[in-house]
Amino acid sequence: MLRLEKVSAGYGPVQVLYDLDLEAKPGEILCLLGRNGAGKTTTMRAIMGLCDRTNGRVMLGGTDISALPAHEAPRQGIGYIPQGRRLFTEMTVAENIEIGLMTRKKGKATRERVLDMFPRLRERLDQRAETLSGGEQQMLATARALCLEPSVLLLDEPTEGLQPSMIQLIRDAVVTMKDQGVAVVLVEQRLDAVLSIADRVAFIENGHGREVVDAEVLRTDTSLLEKYVGV
Amino acid sequence: MDFGPYLLLASLEGAVGAAVLALTAVGLSLVFGVMRVVNVAHGEFYMIGAVVAWFVATTVGTHPALGFVAALIVAPLVAAIIAIAADRLVLKRVNYDPEATIVATIGILYIIQQAALMGYGPEARPVEPPFNHRIALPWYDFAAGEWFYPWGLGTTSYKLFVIAVAIVLLLGFWALMTRTKVGLVMRATQLDWDMAQAFGIPVDRVYALVFGFGAALAALAAVLIVPIQQAHYLMGGDPLLLSFIVVIIGGLGSVRGTVVAAILIGMSDGIISVFFTPTLAKIIATMVVALVLVFRPQGLFGTKAA
Ligand SMILES: Nc1ncnc2c1ncn2[C@@H]1O[C@H](COP(=O)(O)OP(=O)(O)O)[C@@H](O)[C@H]1O
Ligand SMILES: [Mg+2]
Repeated sequence: MLRLEKVSAGYGPVQVLYDLDLEAKPGEILCLLGRNGAGKTTTMRAIMGLCDRTNGRVMLGGTDISALPAHEAPRQGIGYIPQGRRLFTEMTVAENIEIGLMTRKKGKATRERVLDMFPRLRERLDQRAETLSGGEQQMLATARALCLEPSVLLLDEPTEGLQPSMIQLIRDAVVTMKDQGVAVVLVEQRLDAVLSIADRVAFIENGHGREVVDAEVLRTDTSLLEKYVGV
Repeated sequence: MDFGPYLLLASLEGAVGAAVLALTAVGLSLVFGVMRVVNVAHGEFYMIGAVVAWFVATTVGTHPALGFVAALIVAPLVAAIIAIAADRLVLKRVNYDPEATIVATIGILYIIQQAALMGYGPEARPVEPPFNHRIALPWYDFAAGEWFYPWGLGTTSYKLFVIAVAIVLLLGFWALMTRTKVGLVMRATQLDWDMAQAFGIPVDRVYALVFGFGAALAALAAVLIVPIQQAHYLMGGDPLLLSFIVVIIGGLGSVRGTVVAAILIGMSDGIISVFFTPTLAKIIATMVVALVLVFRPQGLFGTKAA
């Protein structure tokens, strides 16, 4: 269980998030929706301790991870698949995987399980990450995070710029994680994808948390989508 | 001596310089690559290496080889400890801000230099090499069609040893960076600081380690050279200048480029110093840097402009 309690965060003097409350339960997919610049990416960075938190707490289970140094968040079990993938591009596929495994000292068994989910990565282990196609890079970013055997998974626009077949693959991986009891927080622009896999949707507007609703509600009533996303 | 043998002699001197320079410059390059810190105090860690080598040699004092081996272990350790303290007390406090760290390391440079002047004194002191056999080198006489030993053409076993040890250390460094978990962690931190943290890497501790390690490499280089050059509290200036030249020509943060440039600059520095003057060698090297900065600012092996 991941819970944000009144989190305020930003970058130096720029405040982006204001008293944000958020909760992601094990085995559910929580989607964050909001316009560009609303603060979705910053929310994820605040969870990871990668921006300046000025107020509030980030609780993971019973632990206040916002009181710990940033490198503790992944060690406590938060897997992060950032916007733009952010691979270690000059390293090989195998080395990127290795860094994921090292985070929580996982071994060969985890590595095999993750590579079984993405056979195309197994064929390209010695290839430099920057030479992969966009879809393969997203697979690697996903695989790297799954190597933590996370209890919480943060995905920031994982399907950005991908072909439909790749989108399906990433989506399957996300659903698999959810079924295994992982709490998934997903930022996604494509509403059809959100509505088809999300359990709950949290709206963010200008760094403020707004309504949190069951995804079911949005399938019939689109007024919230119009209000916060503009469609 | 004829030109041919003379050139061979100069090249050997150059190779010794290049070997030591490569070690020193790789340390500077590592610190810049991973931490984005331009360490102006790098030459002082080299000086610390030489001075500690002198202290160890005079303390252990039974046999030069014993003192030398002890210095090879103690000097890099002392340099690393001082560097890590400087990182914790100064660089971390200014958040590794690129401009602030330049000013800060200038300050560290003067503190170390003055501390050495007070503790060690203004004299240049020799350290005895662990062994030092003269080796005469043959040359081929084309007119007579036979090998002979020209007068004055020779080197010492210790100089060849320096070259060999430097090569071993550089290969070890390369293996560490590419084949071990510590190397992987350092490279990850170099490539993406944020993502390194997002995968559990304590970037803070990696920085301290890297700064200490860079200083240790400079100190090791100095332990190797001090039986040839003497220890002096101002000896850090030349290796600092040459290391900067090498790192800029090689491409900031590129280990391969740094080693290639060190061989290039070290050899030509040695050769020009023998045939002309050391000053001319530095002038030419500095001009090469200017040309590289104008025409290939990322360096010969750098991938992108820093
Ligand atoms: N590194 C940064 N420094 C300063 N401001 C930033 C930085 N990153 C993002 N911002 C600002 O924070 C706000 C939220 O950005 P972001 O979290 O990326 O939004 P979203 O992911 O919802 O599109 C924007 O106004 C953006 O300009
Ligand atoms: Mg974003």
